[in-house]
Amino acid sequence: MKKALALVLAAAMAFSFVACGGSGTSTSQSTAASGGTSTSTASTGTATGDASGGKVYYLNFKPEQADQWVELAAQYTEETGVPVDVVTAASGTYESTLKSEMAKSEAPTLFQVNGPVGLAAWKDYCYDLSDTELYKQLTSDSFALKDPDDPNKVDGVAYVIETYGLIYNKALLNEYIAKDYAVIEDIAEINNFDTLKAVAEDITAHQDDLGFAAFASAGMDSSSDWRFKTHLANLPIYYEYQADGITSTEAIKGTYLENYKNVWDLYINNATCEPTMIGSKTGDDAAAEFAMGEAVFYQNGTWGYDQVKGYEVADEDMGMMPIYIGMEGEENQGLCTGSENYWCINAKASEEDIQATIDFVEWCITSETGKTGLKDMGFVCPFTGFTEEFLPANPLVTAANEDVAAGHKTVDWCFTTMPSEEWKNGVGAALLEYAQGTGDWSAVETAFVDGWATEYAAANG
Amino acid sequence: MERAVKKYFAIFALPTLIAFVIGFIAPFIEGVYLSFCEFTTITDAKFVGLKNYLRVFEDPTFIHSLWFTALFTVVTVVLINVLAFTVALLLTKTFKGTNLFRGVFFMPNLIGGIVLGYTWQLILNGIFGLFDRTLTYSASYGFWGLVILMCWQQVGYMMIIYIAGLQSIPGDLYEAARIDGANSRQCLFRITLPMSMPSITICTFLTLTNGFKLYDQNLALTNGQPSDMTEMLALNIVNTFYGRNGWEGVGQAKAVIFAILVAILALLQNRMTRSKEVQQ
Repeated sequence: MKKALALVLAAAMAFSFVACGGSGTSTSQSTAASGGTSTSTASTGTATGDASGGKVYYLNFKPEQADQWVELAAQYTEETGVPVDVVTAASGTYESTLKSEMAKSEAPTLFQVNGPVGLAAWKDYCYDLSDTELYKQLTSDSFALKDPDDPNKVDGVAYVIETYGLIYNKALLNEYIAKDYAVIEDIAEINNFDTLKAVAEDITAHQDDLGFAAFASAGMDSSSDWRFKTHLANLPIYYEYQADGITSTEAIKGTYLENYKNVWDLYINNATCEPTMIGSKTGDDAAAEFAMGEAVFYQNGTWGYDQVKGYEVADEDMGMMPIYIGMEGEENQGLCTGSENYWCINAKASEEDIQATIDFVEWCITSETGKTGLKDMGFVCPFTGFTEEFLPANPLVTAANEDVAAGHKTVDWCFTTMPSEEWKNGVGAALLEYAQGTGDWSAVETAFVDGWATEYAAANG
Repeated sequence: MERAVKKYFAIFALPTLIAFVIGFIAPFIEGVYLSFCEFTTITDAKFVGLKNYLRVFEDPTFIHSLWFTALFTVVTVVLINVLAFTVALLLTKTFKGTNLFRGVFFMPNLIGGIVLGYTWQLILNGIFGLFDRTLTYSASYGFWGLVILMCWQQVGYMMIIYIAGLQSIPGDLYEAARIDGANSRQCLFRITLPMSMPSITICTFLTLTNGFKLYDQNLALTNGQPSDMTEMLALNIVNTFYGRNGWEGVGQAKAVIFAILVAILALLQNRMTRSKEVQQ
């Protein structure tokens, strides 16, 4: 009797084990089909569809456009039958998601790097794009990312060009100009740091009367600190490269750090909040302050339009001016334009998958549907096929184009040569401590100059 | 019955054993192997010997987070256990609403670490905001913020364990003591505490390892700010592995050191408190 009971128990156990195994397999199949990460996934693939047998797995960097990519992928699958999986990494987790996805047997076939420094880690995974339409249709060779060891190999191709500067609210600025204490008579007079400083400080002095602040909060939360530790830091680096006639360096000198300090002081002392409060301010906070008309200036780029549109600030009231840091002849300085979004194709994928991926991206940048899709995502794409009608309706893009038309000299994105994320974090932490009064400016200088040398050595040594 | 069940030992143990091997043993061995390698993704590892371990100790952030974590663990182990034991003593007295109080104290434990971290970040920043400061102002703000958060989360859980322990102490011990003329203070130190040693063993073990392994709360509350000064070991390891290109192996080596350290500490603690346990 007991023996029988034990047998039944054992059988039940074994059965449930088999059942578990069975359901386990089916789950893993379904996750595989849906692209399989914890982030938002979508499968448009049909199991039987395509002729060549290749498939595309795109690991998307931009969460803002996640749904639109899925839609575009669905349209492609409908037209060609080739399955395209789009997986979007959550904001700020692209590198870690890529690292774990690449280790899988179903690795992404299409991924992106953020420039030469990002490429250093992934260059062995980059397929040579020099024979593809992707490279041939680039409007400028400078948008291609060449292999550091082989100048003829194209590792990555920029697919979206972005511009940043000081976004400003024309209506509020004109409201200020209308006051009798205003130090300028026209917005166009702000074409150098001194005027910008005078205006910002005057707005702060009359904040109670005006009802708004000069700058949106310079938040140092991780959702916002890149605006200063990366984008603002670009300017002193750019000018140093210009002065030395170089495009990258293993040791930065920090020639223009004083200018960096001046702008940072201006930002934190004339903002919507006290400098001691920026540690908790987020990117959303700053965007909201600008969108609700609480601040005149807001340092961000063309991608920020989606976040601020449709509130208090009308589209025609949005303008963008260069970030002046007090350089000689900066009246002719333009906005900062470049890319940190380079498409790369996984060289370790199977040949069919590589071909399918090339076909997909070529379709994106040449077909009517593909180009419209990219335009709807708000991208300015640097390919010859993107004529006037494929430019997104974005007043900040218009402002960027006007800036170029006005003959201003565009500032390059030198921040793609910053030695590592660790360097940026070091500078960001020092900036924060300086702002809240717990650290000196010399700590920023140390993080900037010494940090560059150590991080460069660590990354390339 | 017992013998019959023993016969089928393998069938009962196998599923768990397989799961344990797949989910723990195999990744652990691979993890140790990877700590001797340089790699970008774990599939293209290249063996480099002890290099990663040497780089671990050249990294000042690791040493700092080690001491920070150690200090945090000491403070939280003491605070949580003292508080939990006190609350448990109070809530084993008979008065109205003890069950309600037990429920309320236990509840924070049901909320995940990330959510707790962000909630407390809002609360603490709201308070600091009155003085125009934030949590990132100084490392000690972050440290005590983390301590408060951990106490709030864990006191309830440890309290439940202590309550169970207290309730299993036979009432006749107290009765005999009282007849012999012991006061309540003597009862507490001569009966309640020694009889609660098994619960204390469990609770110190749990709080010790929880303190050392703390990650979610640290990530959500301070994320290491200011300047990595509140970065604890687990966060430091993740940031090394994922945040720095070319440092993946170093992160792995740190993780191995971390695992050994936690194991040694847990064993030592277990031996120490076990030896004080008494048989009923």
